[in-house]
Amino acid sequence: MKYVDEYRDPEALRRAAGRVLDGATRPWTLMEVCGGQTHAILESGLDALIAERVTLLHGPGCPVCVTPLETLDRAVSLAGTPGVILCSFGDMLRVPGSRGDLFGARARGGDVRIVYSPLDAVRLAARTPEASVVFLAVGFETTIPSVAAAARWARKQGLTNFFLLASHVRVPPALAAILEAPGCRVDAFLAAGHVCTIMGTSEYEPIARRFRVPIVATGFEPLDILQGIALAVDQLERGEARVEIQYRRAVRPGGNPAARAIVEDVFAIGDRPWRGIGVIPDGGFVMRESWAGFDALRAFPDLLSEIPRESPACRAADVLRGVLRPPECPEFGRGCTPDRPLGAPMVSAEGACAAYFHYRIAGAAGEAGAESIA
Amino acid sequence: MCLAVPGRVRVVEESDGLLLATVDFGGVRKRVCLETLPEAKVGDWILVHAGFGLQILDEAAAEEVLRWVAPRARSGGDA
Amino acid sequence: MSRAYDPNRLASPICPLPVESDLITLSHGAGAGASARLFEQVLWPHLKNEALGARHDGAVLDAGGARIAFTTDTFVVRPIEFPGGDIGVLAVHGTLNDLAMCGARPIGLSCALILEEGFPLATLGRVVASIAGAARASGVEVVTGDTKVVERGKGDGIFVNTAGVGIVPPGRDLRPARVEPGGIVIVSGPIGCHGAAILSVREGLEFDSDIVSDTAALPDLVESLLDAAPGTRCLRDPTRGGLGAALHEIASAAGVEIEIEELSIPVTEPVRVVCELLGLDPLFLASEGRLVAFVPEAEAERACAALRSHPLGRDAVRVGRVLAGRAGVVVRTRIGARRFLPLPAGDPLPRIC
Repeated sequence: MKYVDEYRDPEALRRAAGRVLDGATRPWTLMEVCGGQTHAILESGLDALIAERVTLLHGPGCPVCVTPLETLDRAVSLAGTPGVILCSFGDMLRVPGSRGDLFGARARGGDVRIVYSPLDAVRLAARTPEASVVFLAVGFETTIPSVAAAARWARKQGLTNFFLLASHVRVPPALAAILEAPGCRVDAFLAAGHVCTIMGTSEYEPIARRFRVPIVATGFEPLDILQGIALAVDQLERGEARVEIQYRRAVRPGGNPAARAIVEDVFAIGDRPWRGIGVIPDGGFVMRESWAGFDALRAFPDLLSEIPRESPACRAADVLRGVLRPPECPEFGRGCTPDRPLGAPMVSAEGACAAYFHYRIAGAAGEAGAESIA
Repeated sequence: MCLAVPGRVRVVEESDGLLLATVDFGGVRKRVCLETLPEAKVGDWILVHAGFGLQILDEAAAEEVLRWVAPRARSGGDA
Repeated sequence: MSRAYDPNRLASPICPLPVESDLITLSHGAGAGASARLFEQVLWPHLKNEALGARHDGAVLDAGGARIAFTTDTFVVRPIEFPGGDIGVLAVHGTLNDLAMCGARPIGLSCALILEEGFPLATLGRVVASIAGAARASGVEVVTGDTKVVERGKGDGIFVNTAGVGIVPPGRDLRPARVEPGGIVIVSGPIGCHGAAILSVREGLEFDSDIVSDTAALPDLVESLLDAAPGTRCLRDPTRGGLGAALHEIASAAGVEIEIEELSIPVTEPVRVVCELLGLDPLFLASEGRLVAFVPEAEAERACAALRSHPLGRDAVRVGRVLAGRAGVVVRTRIGARRFLPLPAGDPLPRIC
């Protein structure tokens, strides 16, 4: 596959790792904030190649994990409401709320459908005027343009039975929250390349300046990640703290203005709760008043009798900020496993805790880590 | 976040009030919405996420990553 | 790192409910983690016996000196007709293959149909013609069967159950428990074609491709393999849950570590592309005309050669080895790192993340 295979060539990856190690005179700690990057790192095991000099932390880059419990509970409740068809991306089907997950809702007779694109949910609404079609809309800035475009298409067709149960979040305020937290040990960030494809890189400038951290907009193939790391380490070694683009084939400094205009029509920036972290000011998007007719929260008020609370044993907040590595959590693998997760990062395969649990082969006693390469 | 895959635009058309493209991903073809990327043209390589175009890929920039990691010439190299 | 957990520590009233519920969910039928748990926790406690405990595709029973292999399977595929085949062909191949995985030569099939009121007779005609054609091509007959009809809304068109019996020649003993460290893992061809073909026509995911199901009858291929490599320990056809789930089952039943090489796993380009697009792992997509074989190192070359000289095994390849160690499946990645292969809870779901 073009634009994919070249960035997975094992020899190229070894050379790239060599570049990273050559450029580092001391150990550095980097955080990536993207489930896709977490996935690529764990699948390839590339962190083992550079472990001598670079520690990689996995931040709250999994929108599935950071979707608030109350959103999940509302989705489950809607799925069980007669006359409602709940549409969702596949990622969300097994995420447990406080009353089970959407799979369980389907087993209990709820109408839950998986869609690949939000447009499919709109098409369904057009085909089934007697039903209310609610799309569970989660994701970072990468996904919100497609959700907004779908809502606009629904309005264009005059549909009155299409709704969004929206929980979209923004990355930059999360980075700031991580950097502000006491005990933060992040030296530099790899910014999520596809988020930057839409948003550009200007939002990261104030953060880089204020906290004096390099931020490199990085792609998703193993070679991209290694080059992103090399660029970040270069800056750190020189005492620089700039926003830089590794993923230049897809990220322009100005991002994608057409996509952003679509988002701005439907959504405004607002405070949003991040599961495991809490409310982050300006941490996400809220639907504008002019789109109230498409807001599932307005069409279906009173879905929850109370706001659910998280387990007190869960250390998600510390894990998501990079202060605690999953295997260091006392509940990791004991009271908290993917089958019975206590909190957000154990919930989806790309959450930091679940990723360690699933992929890591134990190294030293008490600490999981990739085995050294033979 | 963000599973996005590169593909080549083969056809661009309006349908049902949407700007759509038929995109070829290594032999597999899928309909993709270009409302978020209206400037994409036939022949462009684009990045696709959740059925929508995100950005047109810059071929030169793609090559640069490979050049960065190309084997370095050895000093006093082989004949 | 301890991977066991203490259920007594889970009694937090605020903790999210466990994924398991008291109802059957679709995950239970996916052939992966939830299916395994359903078997272990709900079915096995009642049905425990040695034959069932072998955890293989079919059971081998003693019948006054001869050994009979006996297997059954139910087919619920949607859509009923897909690129490369239909539910009828799938049903016959599936049962013939399960017999072959026991080393048995099939001698007869049964076929039971559950039809929904309103199901078109023309479609039924095509399905039955497919069943007959597939059976005939393998030299086996459908010798007994049953037909039931349920009310409209209670049956999703058609469900097909097939059962099969076969004779296991003396000297053959193919089952997971025989898999040992030192063994080599061989796959007969590219994986996941059937799963990808089904996805291509599943509503909401439609894409155009040349992918067709790999459904095929394997008994003949198996005979070629066992002639060349009589020391073969175990065979499995990786259907629901794919190669990944099959390897997990065998690793667990045999108590071994199975290590596979990422770059050796055979996947055709179109299937790879579909998996990239939908965020799926080809290791967990179904194949319906492939087998994975566990053979001793000394016979691995001969086994590969025998497979490759057969039309259904042209692309056979070594994909890994069996090691002593904690039971599970490990991937040696393209850069040489080792990591676990996690077993999904249920069917792979398209991701955006």
